Amino acid sequence: MTNLIEIKGVRHAYKTAKGPLPVLDGLELSVPEGGFTAVVGPSGCGKSTLTKLVAGLLKPDEGEVWLHGEKVKSPRSTVGMAFQNPVMLEWRSILKNVMLPLEIVPTKLSRKQQEERARYLLALVGLEGFEDKRPSELSGGMRQRASLCRALVHSPEVLILDEPFGALDAFTREDLWQIMHQVKEKEPFTGVLITHDLRESIYLADQVVVLSGRPARTQFTLDVGTKGTRDIAHLYTPEAAAMLAMLRHQIEIAQGRAPAEAPA
Amino acid sequence: MTFRQIAVPCLAILIFLALWEALVWVMGWPNYKMASPSDLLPAYERYWSLFLTMGWQTLWRTVVGLLLAVVFGTALGMVMGFSRTMRDALYPLLVGFNAIPKATVVPIVALMFVGMHDFNTVLIAFMISFFPIAVSVSIGLSTLEPEYRDILRSLGASQSVIFWKIALPKTLPEFFGALKVAVTLAFIGTNLMEIVSPHGRGLGALFDSGKTNSDYPLMFAVLIALAFLGIVLYYVVVALEKVFAGWAERPQG
Ligand SMILES: Nc1ncnc2c1ncn2[C@@H]1O[C@H](COP(=O)(O)OP(=O)(O)OP(=O)(O)O)[C@@H](O)[C@H]1O
Ligand SMILES: [Mg+2]
Repeated sequence: MTNLIEIKGVRHAYKTAKGPLPVLDGLELSVPEGGFTAVVGPSGCGKSTLTKLVAGLLKPDEGEVWLHGEKVKSPRSTVGMAFQNPVMLEWRSILKNVMLPLEIVPTKLSRKQQEERARYLLALVGLEGFEDKRPSELSGGMRQRASLCRALVHSPEVLILDEPFGALDAFTREDLWQIMHQVKEKEPFTGVLITHDLRESIYLADQVVVLSGRPARTQFTLDVGTKGTRDIAHLYTPEAAAMLAMLRHQIEIAQGRAPAEAPA
Repeated sequence: MTFRQIAVPCLAILIFLALWEALVWVMGWPNYKMASPSDLLPAYERYWSLFLTMGWQTLWRTVVGLLLAVVFGTALGMVMGFSRTMRDALYPLLVGFNAIPKATVVPIVALMFVGMHDFNTVLIAFMISFFPIAVSVSIGLSTLEPEYRDILRSLGASQSVIFWKIALPKTLPEFFGALKVAVTLAFIGTNLMEIVSPHGRGLGALFDSGKTNSDYPLMFAVLIALAFLGIVLYYVVVALEKVFAGWAERPQG
């Protein structure tokens, strides 16, 4: 089976006033269909840049990004995105916010079906009864759930999440992790999750990729092993502890705080 | 609007008028020094039809000037908001233009377009009021967080779709903030022209004729009429803001 997302030898530099700033250098990443890959790495190493490349918002200077056997040249409607900032449009109701992508991408759904789909997704993440509220009336966690619905409403093949839970408190975050598993079961997608939270990465993803410091290349790939829905108690098992230790060590290498050698 | 929201400002105005009347009475000022509210009523009675026609003149020219300022200011703001180069190029020009006291421009315009009183007045109202609109729209557009753009851009939306669906509605609160400033400025512009132009029309001209005839109650009556029109215009903008940008008001509490 071919991979749904395939990133091959990507290099990218931003043009700044002080000359080019190399951000990605020799990035390799593949995600099989239905897979969920978490990407971790030092702050500012180029993780958000990576999501922009996959979404087709940026073109790499070198190398290739493939989605579903097609080379990415421009944005495509088969991608859904959510960021740390839920970017709700304050002048729209939650329902209308969720329906926004359907106003852009071509859809076969009738107006009524579109609304039903949005309502269905909102119910799936536990926002039933909040459809007609304004974003400002919701808590941060609720807004983030709505933003997740918006990213999924047009049934994208690829879901890109750039630190979506980064600004939330620990309890809300764990809530949302569980909701993510429920959503993935009902609405299958191939996912890329950028995160700073190692526990989050092994709880949600089936593959964790560690990027080196800037300019980022793929430094380490961890196969989490378990696929599908997980119990949060799994995070407190010895296997999980071993994986977390391994990832933490890799991050230290990426930050230049530990020598690049295998942990003892 | 609750009863309280109407009653409180009305009461404040009544108290203000009472204090004014009391001040003139206590100081024993004659009419040519300072008219009191009770002198104004006869003035309104005597010139009521003039007040109506002149008030209408002032009103429509202010509104037309303001509408032009909205169209031009928004267009200019869009150009500067979307293009860094245009922003760098136009900002100093715009600031310089705005720094010129409009009182000095009024006689120039009056000479340039002699006899075109309506046109001149609208032009000054426009020139004095487009600046805040242009600046607010350009700042609103240029400070749009990139994520807002990316949400739509990643779905393949065009620039114009992004403008209509996100950039424009998101700048509306700033736009109305600027419009509140612009409406008062436009009003001042109209009156400047009306007062300075010989054979002018509008409330400004009525003020001028009061001055030539040393009719102090009339002059004060005009001032109050101007204040009244200014308040009406301002609250029209506030009402429009409630309709189009009411969402920006946070729930209280
Ligand atoms: N549009 C841009 N123009 C110039 N430089 C940029 C641009 N966007 C990002 N950068 C720079 O590129 C580097 C990588 O940015 P990026 O946002 O991809 O990092 P990140 O890994 O997502 O960081 P964080 O963990 O803080 O979210 C940073 O040093 C950043 O300053
Ligand atoms: Mg980032």
